[in-house]
Amino acid sequence: MSIFLNENSKVIVQGMTGSEGRKHTQRMLASGTAIVGGVNPKKAGQNVDFDGASVPVFGNVAEAMKETGADVSVIFVPPAGAKNAVIEAVDAQIGLAVVITEGIPVHDSTYFWAHAQGGSTRIIGPNCPGVISPGRSNAGIIPANITKQGRIGLVSKSGTLTYQMMYELRDIGFSTCVGIGGDPVIGTTHIDCLQAFQDDPETEAIVMIGEIGGDAEERAADFVQANVTKPVVGYVAGFTAPEGKTMGHAGAIVSGSAGTAQAKKEALEAAGVRVGKTPSETARLMREIVGA
Amino acid sequence: MDLFEYQARDLLASHGVPVLPGGVAETPDQAEAIAREIGTTVVVKAQVKTGGRGKAGGVKLADDAEEARARAQDILGLDIKGHITHRVMVAQASDIAEEYYFSYLLDRANRTFLAMASVEGGMEIEQLAVERPEALARVPVDATVGVDTAKATEIVDAAGFPAEVRDQVIAIAVQLWDVFAKEDATLVEVNPLAKAPDGTVLALDAKVTLDDNARFRHAEHEALEDSAAADPLEAAAKEKDLNYVKLEGEVGIIGNGAGLVMSTLDVVAYAGEEFGGVKPANFLDIGGGASAEVMANGLHIILSDPAVKSVFVNVFGGITACDAVANGIVHALQLLGDEATKPLVVRLDGNNVEEGRRILAEANHPLVTLVDTMDGAARRAAELAAA
Repeated sequence: MSIFLNENSKVIVQGMTGSEGRKHTQRMLASGTAIVGGVNPKKAGQNVDFDGASVPVFGNVAEAMKETGADVSVIFVPPAGAKNAVIEAVDAQIGLAVVITEGIPVHDSTYFWAHAQGGSTRIIGPNCPGVISPGRSNAGIIPANITKQGRIGLVSKSGTLTYQMMYELRDIGFSTCVGIGGDPVIGTTHIDCLQAFQDDPETEAIVMIGEIGGDAEERAADFVQANVTKPVVGYVAGFTAPEGKTMGHAGAIVSGSAGTAQAKKEALEAAGVRVGKTPSETARLMREIVGA
Repeated sequence: MDLFEYQARDLLASHGVPVLPGGVAETPDQAEAIAREIGTTVVVKAQVKTGGRGKAGGVKLADDAEEARARAQDILGLDIKGHITHRVMVAQASDIAEEYYFSYLLDRANRTFLAMASVEGGMEIEQLAVERPEALARVPVDATVGVDTAKATEIVDAAGFPAEVRDQVIAIAVQLWDVFAKEDATLVEVNPLAKAPDGTVLALDAKVTLDDNARFRHAEHEALEDSAAADPLEAAAKEKDLNYVKLEGEVGIIGNGAGLVMSTLDVVAYAGEEFGGVKPANFLDIGGGASAEVMANGLHIILSDPAVKSVFVNVFGGITACDAVANGIVHALQLLGDEATKPLVVRLDGNNVEEGRRILAEANHPLVTLVDTMDGAARRAAELAAA
């Protein structure tokens, strides 16, 4: 088992014909993902060749799902069109929409989040690297070849810290790694992933990576205390971030005394989560737990 | 981007929100001219992006234009919590019968918008929320629906606005939503929303934060940017589309990905404790790609910071493998030539790491030290900065 994504997932790409979409579709195919189509109303009916794999382009998500049985969409549509792209995926009732696009206005993400309530679509992102179940399927831009299939679950706000952790623990491997994104409003949260990993028999232990801004880590800590019996180790980035400065990710900002790394670390530790001081120490803590 | 009060006031006025006449001045002469035009008692207010202006002497009344000039003279240049006052707003002074509070903001935790309103305005809202939470109405606003007259009425009645101002505040609530939604704001806060003795309700002070991600559909917001206040290095980085934040330290930092760079700052600060409290000099995220040109631009910015004593380049080769990153570093150092004068500690990890390390070893640049682990490299960079 894995969470959100498995070897049977059929993936379409919204924005496949753009430069980023094309590059990463190629990479997803190379890592064994079943890419069954792309979506671009202007290029519907065409096929795009990826080193011999011919991928059909459909006019919209609903049509792509009908023709291919797709249940996952990865969205590379630029910020100006991203809101409508997500709404289209939600209205087509696709199971999972992974929004890679960085720089979406928060009024747009808040809108599509509200629009998706009560529907059947899980949204991951925006501004995220996506989700990978190593050896099975890869929906997004996470490099597939830095780790292997295994028994750790990983959830992180940050892309490269996700990769770093996947790489440090590559000998143990991962059931699923989810990059939930660094924007102020995101679809799938730490808590959603913790719940899914708790329920996944293949996942033995969980790494949770957070960063400054908001109170998602504090709420995740409460959730761990109440609902998670599997061991969790944590890491939080941004102890040295000054107040009032956005650190790269739109959501990574300490406002007044809110959203500090220290408060997040303390909340996690109070919930019994062992928190590493550096990414390497965090990986060591995980090794102690899984005995590898 | 946080706006100055005068910018927020102009933005509110452009959406029909009632405000008092006034203008912004950068010199005492300009302040005098504005006060003369207003022709009544005025208030001269320091324009700084921080609270506590009143206590710091940044808000003064003036009975006539000459006095406004003198007060502007006092306030211009004033240091308020580290913010130097470069401008004052001169506005008609208003007697206040009652003070209220009204805001719209992004509620991150609940992934929705939130209206907050209270008939007990004037004080810090954080304080009110703690001391008298029942006095602060909090009404979620569905992003797909927004605020029309009916929703505005719900908010205004939840806060218990008195009957004599209810209709005015409902109208203002709709106008403020117009500002919030159409300007892509993440905060529109009016404190105080004031009732004048004649019963008119006015926005006397406002805070507005605009979403930088929405700039593509608000070209006009560019002009609101306070380019004078920006750190010169931050301004130079912005021109090159680099994600850079200047900090007070000695170890220049370059990395790829916001989370990894934040983590790098922390690891350097820990390591620095051993070397007399050496700290990171900046945040710089060159993005997942890490091309030679971007690397050169990044190194150029960091090396032009006189506070920097050593540089730590921390890259995880994921999408761009380590060999490409290593070639980028070598090429960047060639592009920089004599400008590269400070020691560079490089840590590469990830795809093709052996090849990347081989390329750097072969280039054998006298300034470059290669360290295998992030913790070890941070320690070495801190040590070099302290030397």
